[in-house]
Amino acid sequence: MKLKTYDGGWNPYIAGALVGVLAVASVFATTKLLGKSSYLGASTTFVRAAGFVEQRVAPAHVEANAYFTKTKIKLDWQFMLVIGIFIGALASSLTDGSFKMESVPPIWSERFGRSVPKRAVGAFFGGALSMIGARLANGCPSGHGMSGMMQLSVSSLVALGMFFGVGVIVAGLIYKRRRT
Amino acid sequence: MSTAQILGLITGILFGVLLQKARVLRFEKQVAAMQFKDMTILKFMMSAILVGMVGVAVLHGLEIITLGHKAMNVGGVLVGGALFGTGWAIAGYCPGTSVGALGEGRWHAVFAIVGMLAGAMIFAEVYPFLETTVLAWKDYGKIGLPDSLGVSPWVFIPVFWALFIGIFMLFENKHV
Repeated sequence: MKLKTYDGGWNPYIAGALVGVLAVASVFATTKLLGKSSYLGASTTFVRAAGFVEQRVAPAHVEANAYFTKTKIKLDWQFMLVIGIFIGALASSLTDGSFKMESVPPIWSERFGRSVPKRAVGAFFGGALSMIGARLANGCPSGHGMSGMMQLSVSSLVALGMFFGVGVIVAGLIYKRRRT
Repeated sequence: MSTAQILGLITGILFGVLLQKARVLRFEKQVAAMQFKDMTILKFMMSAILVGMVGVAVLHGLEIITLGHKAMNVGGVLVGGALFGTGWAIAGYCPGTSVGALGEGRWHAVFAIVGMLAGAMIFAEVYPFLETTVLAWKDYGKIGLPDSLGVSPWVFIPVFWALFIGIFMLFENKHV
């Protein structure tokens, strides 16, 4: 088994197994230190971040919103976890030379060209749709895909199947190369 | 910072380093998995699940931790899952990886992040409507496979290990 991939990355099985260890250690640490078992997740933080932004322009509106009230707009454990992902990825990529400023990703540019506005519209629309979906399903590939699967949750099995199954269909439809 | 915030930050940094080292943050890795051309993200996620599954079952068996199942709300999981899959294929990022991708210089992830924030705002606005429609269809509650079938988690864990290792061997054979 190769320890490094062609792009200088770690073997995905080993890195994944380490994430498994981290996830378990994190559940243990949150239980012991915070008194409540918390599992890795990311999408609820986007609701809180959206709440923080909206509070600046329409505080009364946020206060009256049932979903924001239910989610509680605060800088909690998961919010800091998401900030940590940014810092960890930045530090890791800067130190191993894989940091790269990129305005349009490969695969997208092969299909839709190098236009930044086009990519911006696609990413915005896709991002919005995915977040509405994640909040409806009550989790994303972190919360459902990894944390839920580790606990053998029924909802996570179904959710992960939907995420990936529909992703495969849609990716097949939109990134199919045009015949030239 | 509170203990919760410090703990979250440290966990997040370690998570971010591992995501970046495995090269799973990138748009092209996520979309290539959906095209069955490069299964790195599945190898990574499934390995994490296999290891995590054992640890969670041990700690839960010893009554050290509690489980946090998400509700099996049929409408929410099916409709939400389909919307998520669609958005994920277009944006090329999920919530966690979008932030990480920005960290490794893929600054266009910012458009996806802003989209996700907009999506969260829209969701908060339409939540009362969804609560009485899609989310009201059928809810089986917070259930896990072992409890709902009345058996030990250790019945499922070897099955998942065998199944996933079989899938890994398939990936390696196909060189994806």
